Amino acid sequence: MNMEASNTESTSLPDQTDLAKKRDLMQQRVSRSLKRRHNQETRFKLMGMAAVGTALAFVLLLFVTILSKGLPAFWQAHISLEIYFDEEIIQIDEKPVRMVNESEAAFNQRMLAWQTQLGFVNFNRIILDAISKEIPEARDYQRDAMRLVTSGERFGLRNMVQEDPSIIGTSQRLWLLADANVDVWMKGNINRELGDAQQQLSARTRDWVDELEAKGVLKNRFSTALFMNPDSRSSLASAGLAGAFVGSLMMMLIVMFLAVPIGVASAIYLEEFAPKNKLTDLIEVNINNLAAVPSIVFGLLGASVFILWFKMPLSAPIVGGLVLTLMTLPTVIIATRSTLKAIPPSIRSAALGIGASKVQAVFHHVLPLAIPGILTGSILGIAQALGETAPLLLIGMSSFVASVPGTPFEQSTALPVQIYLWQGNELRNFFEARTSAAIIVLLALMISLNAVAIWLRKHFETRW
Amino acid sequence: MNNLVLIVVLLMMLALVYQIGLVRSRKVAITTSGSKVRLHSRPVYHGVLLAIWTVVPAALIYAIWNFLQPGIIESMVVAQLPPEALAGTDNDLRILLRRITNLSTGFGLTDEALPYELTAAAYMQQLRVTGQTFMFALIASIAAAALVFNWKRIQPELRARNHVERVVRFLLIACSTVAILTTVGIVLSMFGEAMRFFSFVSPMDFFFGTTWNPRFSTIGASGQTGFGMLPLLWGTLMIALIALAIAVPVGLMAAIYLAEYAPSKVRSVAKPVIEVLAGIPTIVYGFFALITVGPFLSTFGATLGLDIRATSALTAGVVMGIMIIPFISSLSDDIITQVPKAMRDGSLGLGATKSETIRKVVLPAALPGIVGAILLAASRAIGETMIVVLAAGNSPVLTANPFDAVSTMTVTIVNQLTGDLDFASPQSLVAFALGLTLFVITLCLNVVALVIVRKYREQYE
Repeated sequence: MNMEASNTESTSLPDQTDLAKKRDLMQQRVSRSLKRRHNQETRFKLMGMAAVGTALAFVLLLFVTILSKGLPAFWQAHISLEIYFDEEIIQIDEKPVRMVNESEAAFNQRMLAWQTQLGFVNFNRIILDAISKEIPEARDYQRDAMRLVTSGERFGLRNMVQEDPSIIGTSQRLWLLADANVDVWMKGNINRELGDAQQQLSARTRDWVDELEAKGVLKNRFSTALFMNPDSRSSLASAGLAGAFVGSLMMMLIVMFLAVPIGVASAIYLEEFAPKNKLTDLIEVNINNLAAVPSIVFGLLGASVFILWFKMPLSAPIVGGLVLTLMTLPTVIIATRSTLKAIPPSIRSAALGIGASKVQAVFHHVLPLAIPGILTGSILGIAQALGETAPLLLIGMSSFVASVPGTPFEQSTALPVQIYLWQGNELRNFFEARTSAAIIVLLALMISLNAVAIWLRKHFETRW
Repeated sequence: MNNLVLIVVLLMMLALVYQIGLVRSRKVAITTSGSKVRLHSRPVYHGVLLAIWTVVPAALIYAIWNFLQPGIIESMVVAQLPPEALAGTDNDLRILLRRITNLSTGFGLTDEALPYELTAAAYMQQLRVTGQTFMFALIASIAAAALVFNWKRIQPELRARNHVERVVRFLLIACSTVAILTTVGIVLSMFGEAMRFFSFVSPMDFFFGTTWNPRFSTIGASGQTGFGMLPLLWGTLMIALIALAIAVPVGLMAAIYLAEYAPSKVRSVAKPVIEVLAGIPTIVYGFFALITVGPFLSTFGATLGLDIRATSALTAGVVMGIMIIPFISSLSDDIITQVPKAMRDGSLGLGATKSETIRKVVLPAALPGIVGAILLAASRAIGETMIVVLAAGNSPVLTANPFDAVSTMTVTIVNQLTGDLDFASPQSLVAFALGLTLFVITLCLNVVALVIVRKYREQYE
């Protein structure tokens, strides 16, 4: 505006000096306003940079928090003990062998009787004997000594004997998992200055821990328990992700084998075959909506249809898989449709032109070109389903399951649900880190899935 | 194991029959005189068609038979049991049948079997063998008949391709109805359960009640109170508003910067990194809120003299805001880049600075699309569950103080359905009424947003 004003005035010249004055004034005004406007420009740009910076900072903060909390949990306190499988303590019969004319039921019963006998063996005494080799006074303070090793390890020893009874009477050096509280104390996850009343371990046990650590008997070793064991509540240190991992894997397989074929088929129908009318319009709106329906609503659907009507088992991966399939379906359909849309019509025309039928044109010519896009979309959908928690809670997966499921019809948890369960554990000092470790595992799986998707897109996708 | 073998056998049959069709088709293509005849369809289609006609009926019979056989055998065995065996309760009968099944499969029993159990087991075993034999015979004969009949139909003029394509088309249509059935299922199931809930509690009390305090009571007891939805709705809205108050400025400014200012290198790194936020599972955000953001806000509030609870509407809102930043930034980015370049050039040509062009020309043009993006983000925030379950504090009271703990509709759905409640009680059924409300709210937001975005796209395409 200002420039226009100065232009018009320079064309009509009434008085030289007056004009120069006016021009000076005008230029001052313009330069002042320009300065203001340029400042505004810089401010605006800085605000934009600040916004991007904030968003990136959030990403960074999130990852740094989770990694710094979770990475130490991959290494867990272990105690090295000379375990003597004392034949005085382990007094059991010979392990039964199935006889020729024995029915399976009878053999199972004999086996169970043997296992019951083994179950009565006091493995705690074996552990205590081993501890007292390291700490001589441990025998006098059994309670304090037994707090060193997590309670689940006695079952570990029992399983060793059950597998191979010939180890009775021999001794071997084993790394046993230390108690969760020992781990907390060693890593300094509890304030060491707190008084006895607030400490989880007695003063004597704490001294022993420091002593054993100095001797190198107690050490942080890579925690295989985290990956190999199912969840546990009685022996917190040996709680692991195996059950949740297998449960999640089963659900992902179900999603993969149901959502992807069904989604791709319906996308093909809607994009290539369906007549364009009100009905297909409605279906399209419906699918777009379904993609934005809150995931918890799918959980409600699963609870009322699969659990209440079809009487499917609670907490089973099959139900979780079906619910997640329904949830992933719109994602797969939308991704496939946009890939199909991007393939130029000339390819279809060329196929039709040389006499292919419509089905042939689609399946022989269009679909092969769309495969990379379809795969990318499907993998992203599966990754999204992997991280979903809320619908699983509603089909009973919030329950505690201490076993690895063998079939999709057994009780199971899933990785995100395990995270939910662990974050609520009372022993916060220990489980904050372990939950973060579980999150790292989940994120690592999701990131690898996404990386595969990105790689597929980069290497195979054709831009038309 | 047996079933697995059978499935493999069926698949092999499929392949074999396909080959037979192929061979036959090639044979009919050459007439006795040695000259070639034009086939209507390629040999492949003859093979596929023959395979479909032969194996699909066989597989269907196999499935139905296996579905019905155990029940029929069981009732036949029960029918010939002596009366003294049937004297007990249903449970006793189930145990008895279990024992007989174990005996008949050769698994055996741990104690002595009664004589009638042994005869029943033998009878069951015999029935099973007969059943299996009959099934195999039936499947084999039907498959063979279909094979022979359809093998003869393979003639040059058979429109095999059209038949196969009709089957393919039917399968495609069947698949695309799944999505529709899902919607129908959601609406019907939630509507049905919600109606059952409204037979206990009047809709007026539910939608306009201001206290949420459902107490345990026996089924059918009259005077159910404390099912007022408003505190939950208010908690949901408050958290969503806090989330939008964080995500809209950050997301929008980030989108503007990335679309208009950022050098392409910055853009190609920053955009995917911000989008990572959208891919992180919400349970992770919930945990993040619980261990980092909540305590931080609480101590921060203490230095200002504010009493902020670690799990509060503010904590949940802030973290949810972080989560929905990418929804707003990505969609707005797309929309801003779609504004025609000519409009920018016009403004710049008149002497406007870049920021003036953005604020006065680009943003007004992109406004409908941005509103659509914000609405989509809002619907995402309203339906979000895990963040609020962990970080909102679960206290269903009507409060205007964002530093207090609140509860939301999604949290309540989870709470009401994960306890040890009977599915038929109003305490559980209320979850479906809440779910229906949630579904309707998010549906409206989504439809409005989609319509706006679509209109906007059409305007500039």
